[in-house]
Amino acid sequence: MSGLLAGFGPHAGFILASYGAAALILAGLTLAILRDHRAQKRALETLERRGAGRRSTRERS
Amino acid sequence: MARMMASLIDLANPTRFMRFSAALLPWLATAATLLILAGLYLAWFVAPADYQQGETIRIMFIHVPAAWLAMMFYSMMALSALGTLVWRHPLADVAQKAAAPIGACFALICLITGALWGKPMWGTYWVWDARLTSMLVLLLIYLGLIALWRVLDEPSRAARAVAILTLVGFVNVPIIKFSVDWWNTLHQPASVLRMGGATIHPSMLWPLLILAVGFTLFALALHMAAMRAEIMRRRVRTLTILEAERLDRLAAQGMPA
Repeated sequence: MSGLLAGFGPHAGFILASYGAAALILAGLTLAILRDHRAQKRALETLERRGAGRRSTRERS
Repeated sequence: MARMMASLIDLANPTRFMRFSAALLPWLATAATLLILAGLYLAWFVAPADYQQGETIRIMFIHVPAAWLAMMFYSMMALSALGTLVWRHPLADVAQKAAAPIGACFALICLITGALWGKPMWGTYWVWDARLTSMLVLLLIYLGLIALWRVLDEPSRAARAVAILTLVGFVNVPIIKFSVDWWNTLHQPASVLRMGGATIHPSMLWPLLILAVGFTLFALALHMAAMRAEIMRRRVRTLTILEAERLDRLAAQGMPA
């Protein structure tokens, strides 16, 4: 890491901060989307297990 | 052409989209990861320092793809807005809603990396230059659209309102692209997407293009996952309403649920 810092010269801080900020934002976005995907999948599975959306047999009879 | 249109219409069915996207997502994510890793290796260890900007040129490899993707996602949203307003297609609403946070994140990355590149090269993090300001306006439009989606509860009503605002905001995209030609800006003019070809040396152009394709595939994978989540959210909403109506009916008939 220190070799990379030295290789990037006097502006290494700006370069690493740029890559760090991009990685942080993209990681946050990916996590948020994956968590939302998992939450919706679970909610849908729960509703489908309960038979939501189907008419109950008692109601039909 | 007719066959292509027919298969596109087939894909636009939410159930088919869920099946197709489940199969495609792992491939898209893998291709994106490999391209980004290869691009980062070339950008950090192979591409030379610039004769004027020195090592700070390495910021370009994320700054430029982020700017392209921020504009590309807005253009995709404008196309989806047409799909919502002209054809009233529900998958167009879903595509538009899922794209906004992704485009906003790339606009934010573009602004942050631009500021961090500007300080050592221009001596300032920010100037009210036409390119920088129009990119900031793009981020604000994205945030406005995300807020509007959250304010309106009913998805189809929200979609139409957001679609109109998206099309109005699209005027900013050509302003961003041509701001460096129309006004005297501190930001440099285009050096890749320009008439007469790129002016960057291939040793820098290749890592840039590989990273741009890698980030594009990554963003498309995120978009697909976000669209899947949104389709499921709408099914959850519909099923919850149907269940509540069923329970209401049963309660009115005096039956246990």
